[in-house]
Amino acid sequence: MKLRTVVVAALMLSMGLAACGGGGTPSSKAKGPSYGPISIWYSNNAQEITWGEQEVAAWNRLHPTQKVTGQQIPAAQSSEEVISAAITAGSEPCLIYNTAPAAVPDFEQAGGLVPLNDFPGAVSYIQKRTGPIASMYKSPDGKYYQMPWKSNPVVIFYNRTEFAKAGVSTTNPPLSTYSDFLATAKKVVSSGAAKYAIFPSPSSEFYESWYDFYPLYAAESGGKLLVENGKATFDNPAGKAVAAFWAQLYAEKLAGNETVTGDPFASGTAAMAIVGPWAVADYQGKEGSPAVNYGVAPLPTLKGNTSYTIPTFSDAKNVAMYASCKNRGTAWDFLKFSTSVNADGKLLTMTGQMPMRQGLQKLYASYFTANPDYKDFAVEAAHVIECPNIPNSIEIWQDFRNAWSKSVIFGTSSPDAALASAASEINKLASGSSSEP
Amino acid sequence: MKLEAELPLSTRESRVTRLARAVLGRQPIGLAFGAPYALFIAVLFAYPLGLAVWVSFHRYFFTAPGVSVARPFVGLANYKAVLSDPAVLRSFLNILIFLVINVPLTVGLSLLLATALNAAIPFRAFFRACFYVPYVTASVAMVAVWLFMFSSGGVVNSVLGPLAPVPSWLVNQNWAMPSIAIYVTWKQLGFFILLYLAALQNVPKELYEAASMDGASWWHRLRSVTIPGVRTVTTLITLLAIIVGANLFTEPYLLTAGGGPNGKSASPVLLMYQTGIEQNHPDFASALGIILVIGVLLIVGVQRLLQRNQT
Repeated sequence: MKLRTVVVAALMLSMGLAACGGGGTPSSKAKGPSYGPISIWYSNNAQEITWGEQEVAAWNRLHPTQKVTGQQIPAAQSSEEVISAAITAGSEPCLIYNTAPAAVPDFEQAGGLVPLNDFPGAVSYIQKRTGPIASMYKSPDGKYYQMPWKSNPVVIFYNRTEFAKAGVSTTNPPLSTYSDFLATAKKVVSSGAAKYAIFPSPSSEFYESWYDFYPLYAAESGGKLLVENGKATFDNPAGKAVAAFWAQLYAEKLAGNETVTGDPFASGTAAMAIVGPWAVADYQGKEGSPAVNYGVAPLPTLKGNTSYTIPTFSDAKNVAMYASCKNRGTAWDFLKFSTSVNADGKLLTMTGQMPMRQGLQKLYASYFTANPDYKDFAVEAAHVIECPNIPNSIEIWQDFRNAWSKSVIFGTSSPDAALASAASEINKLASGSSSEP
Repeated sequence: MKLEAELPLSTRESRVTRLARAVLGRQPIGLAFGAPYALFIAVLFAYPLGLAVWVSFHRYFFTAPGVSVARPFVGLANYKAVLSDPAVLRSFLNILIFLVINVPLTVGLSLLLATALNAAIPFRAFFRACFYVPYVTASVAMVAVWLFMFSSGGVVNSVLGPLAPVPSWLVNQNWAMPSIAIYVTWKQLGFFILLYLAALQNVPKELYEAASMDGASWWHRLRSVTIPGVRTVTTLITLLAIIVGANLFTEPYLLTAGGGPNGKSASPVLLMYQTGIEQNHPDFASALGIILVIGVLLIVGVQRLLQRNQT
């Protein structure tokens, strides 16, 4: 019995030790573009699925020997997690129409992305389509590992019914300065029109700062990214002003810090929200959720802003080509097909989201005439900022969120001190070093 | 002493047979039946554990297949980084707080309720089902109810009135982790009550009769007959509660939006998820995981020692 136990234990241990030094099996890289069937993923947004399906069908009709198979991205806590796992397993599709710019540095580090510069004419295609803001999507090595695809410039949505109940103007509500915004918020809450004035998610996930701090910081700072030239920028008067503004909202219970299920703006719990055009279909009641009588306003700044030309966060999702792709020639051709003027027009019409294409209002004038609600988003789309394309991007955003959560949302420390400390940590990460050994 | 070659054939054969029997046992077919599960354990537990240990001693990040990157040996550097990270140390303290509240509450409440449900009370089956329903319901669904009940304007605060904590439970630095501990206790109660109910069937009724005849009260019968009679199951439940508590992720993540106020409800597994999966630092996450395993083994070891001394 004892000998058998020893033999079995040794076998099990050898299984464990066999894992040591485990690495990927070498595989041959594609040599030059080849053509043939490919697969793609798009998001699980209902309108994007419809768009994706019709694009795939249109391509397949024209290219029967280069069939594209499309599916929704598998569900998980976040799409970045799914894509990371797929990259590690080598099971990702050729193209993913749901690539978050903030995750591109990590995917690049993992060797999971194909530089689009490999394709002749790709750089000029990208730059001609997207214009000057395309430069934000270049990686530090100067290459494009993502095609800027669509943005969702975030602005202030307000509930007209609740504003009316609070006695606030529903056509031109005073929201342009921080003090006006705070006064309006107090009026809405004290009147009982809504429990909270605004309720961005208080979750500690790294991406949540994109919907509270970052849009207002973009507006206040005139379009600064979180990190520029390897240094955190937010430990400056603009960052501190934004932090103080939000801290006051939380301290006076005008913004909620408890976890809630569902969308507080859609349910009427909060009278305002910071969202982009993707939410319009929801708030119009088209997706089964109750309709909200909403209005939109530009982001406030300390001194005041009433224009949609002020910078805001893009909330963009891009398209990337992934390393497992064998038929890269087809993938690149399909990528161009799905980002053509025609395809972008369909994207706009079917989803309301802004293709990252120059001259939207001129090119799709008939759409904006028929849908004037979306004009303001088209204006903002030319003034968006992105997450910085730098190493350790996710860790940087997580460190920022931890500091923000501690100091602004829960008020357990001074926002200025917390931002300064976060900036110091982020400077180390932005230089390429990690907090890990 | 004769050399083996000089021994009679029958003696040599019996040595080979004895060796084979020592390794394969009297019934080798048993090994064949057990082999699939052994393979399952080896592939799904031994291999990942071995890999995690290896990763924790190297600079490691996930890459696409075929991508060649340096993975240098870094010794204890990952462990030093883990043990010097204030967020990690806080998460271990959070889990300790959780265990101190959850484990005694779980053991005590489940034993008391099992004892009550073992008696011939009206609607016993209904009550048993009521306690079991939270256990079989997905956490995501139960969390929504709990968030509603324990929000600042929820039913619990309405009942407590001025006694309600400010800020409210799940956003209060002092109450976030205890609230989670109570939630997990409530959610798991059904399963542990079931274990105790099964154990109580094996406690001889004559012992209770004898105790009653000797004038023992309900409390004395519980202390002198029931508790000793279910000691084995108590050990099991304590062990399970510790393991579940150490691996806490879903409840803090859903109830307190991740790390809670000032990281006061962050768990080590949450940090492993953030660093290993979201930030692509599996080396750090692996080191944290190994430390967590060692910590749980130490706690369980202490628990076993204490229970052995009591016995």
